[in-house]
Amino acid sequence: MKISRLAMNDEGFIFDPETGNSYTVNETGLFILRKLKEGLSPAEISMALSEEYRVSFEEAERDVEEFLEDLKRYGLWRKSHD
Amino acid sequence: MKRTYQKPTIVKLQVGLLRDKKSSLSRLLRREIDGVPVRDLVERFGSPLFVFSERRLRQQFRYLKRLFEGYYPRVEFSWSYKTNYLDAICRIFHQEGASAEVVSDFEYEKARRLGMSGDRIVFNGPYKPKEILRKAVEEGARINADSLDEILDLEEIARETEKKIRIGLRVNMDTGIYPRWDRFGFNLESGEVLNVARRIAAGGRLEVVGLHCHQGTFILEPEAYGRAAEKLVRLARRLEEEFGWTIEYLDLGGGFPSRNRLKGLYLPPEVAVPPLSEYAERIGRALLASLPPGDYPLLILETGRALVDEAGFLITTVRVCKRLPDGRRAYVLDAGVNLLFTSFWYHFRVEIEKEVAGPPEPCVLYGPLCMNIDVVEENALLPPLSRGTRLILSPVGAYNVTQWMQFITYRPRVVLVTEEGRVEVIREAETLEDIVARERIPEHLR
Repeated sequence: MKISRLAMNDEGFIFDPETGNSYTVNETGLFILRKLKEGLSPAEISMALSEEYRVSFEEAERDVEEFLEDLKRYGLWRKSHD
Repeated sequence: MKRTYQKPTIVKLQVGLLRDKKSSLSRLLRREIDGVPVRDLVERFGSPLFVFSERRLRQQFRYLKRLFEGYYPRVEFSWSYKTNYLDAICRIFHQEGASAEVVSDFEYEKARRLGMSGDRIVFNGPYKPKEILRKAVEEGARINADSLDEILDLEEIARETEKKIRIGLRVNMDTGIYPRWDRFGFNLESGEVLNVARRIAAGGRLEVVGLHCHQGTFILEPEAYGRAAEKLVRLARRLEEEFGWTIEYLDLGGGFPSRNRLKGLYLPPEVAVPPLSEYAERIGRALLASLPPGDYPLLILETGRALVDEAGFLITTVRVCKRLPDGRRAYVLDAGVNLLFTSFWYHFRVEIEKEVAGPPEPCVLYGPLCMNIDVVEENALLPPLSRGTRLILSPVGAYNVTQWMQFITYRPRVVLVTEEGRVEVIREAETLEDIVARERIPEHLR
């Protein structure tokens, strides 16, 4: 799985060794990527987000969905990984 | 306590900026100008080098002439000398039928020297020295008066010559654009124009036969010209009715934009600059709609930049490559703001003479002057260039070869690529002799 190969540091710098592309993510973006790496599902991640941050489950779920779309666009994530 | 939430984001870092070769990058390449290889130009004439294309100059003139004549039956283009008064450039426009628009004694004399008769010269400007004004009157130039003091000068000349002088009035007005250029001529809305007209009529020595209005420069609002045309027609009618004059010409000045990228404008010129056809259409429509049928005063246009800017290129060479403390790449070119006055308000198109491999990265282009202000481009996106690489900057045809300065270094050659593809020098490079020839050393310092 692509996500597991990504190198991430605490500042949110992401490196994809396969393509050589780099990215930056903010704190919540990094949170989501780490949970994906741990193998959590989008629903589980949304739940974790709403527990950790001041955000409703619904809003977190929508944002996670959108974030996953971004990952898909960059070729870092595929729906079949769900 | 839960942490503050932020919407998750991911941003791809554009370090490499790898792009498809066929994409915008290939536009960075320019091997030739009108069929003459850039390399040959530099080998024969040196670097930096201004290059003008005769074909582009003539094509643009013919295009604009046809365009405006398509909307209004009587149009005269008056070549704005200050935009570029190199003899060869003026000659080309005069051959195409343009008269001369001058704003000083120097420009007036240059136009006369190029064979323009007085009646083919439009004389504008806020200060016309008395001697040249007298000469212009004697030679029948179209003089557009800018101030009451100038009108007094003209009345005095009329008294001396015992002849009535036909003049134009320079008018400034609100056409809905900002900044409003209100320092030239007489204001319309405040009634100043009419007061001056009454004064002229009372003097009995001058006759107003033309109206002139120059709204500003690089005007991106075609409708402003429509408004100006409409207001001038209304003023003309009023003057004709009240004083019995016949207004023979309406001069809408210049200010038409070229496809250059103004600093502060985010969009590329292809998007931000309205096509010149829109200007022609607004002017033509405003004139035809407000003029009585059959009464068509001559429309004079003092187009400068829109005619010449895109026909001029500057070839320059990368002389030094360095890295700035913040990590940005920087290049020192052999042409700086001494030659490129317009770099203060334009982002030029920067093209490379040959294909250069490697990822483009943001870089700074400096000129050769030992001055902090000598920045040709703060942020160009270029692949890693090696020393000696030639860059082609454009459009640079307007204002640069008039407003350039002899400062710190010499000014280079200017060449013209003719329609047949020959390359002719139209201005020689400066030498030490040229520069010191006008200096004098007092005896005690020898």
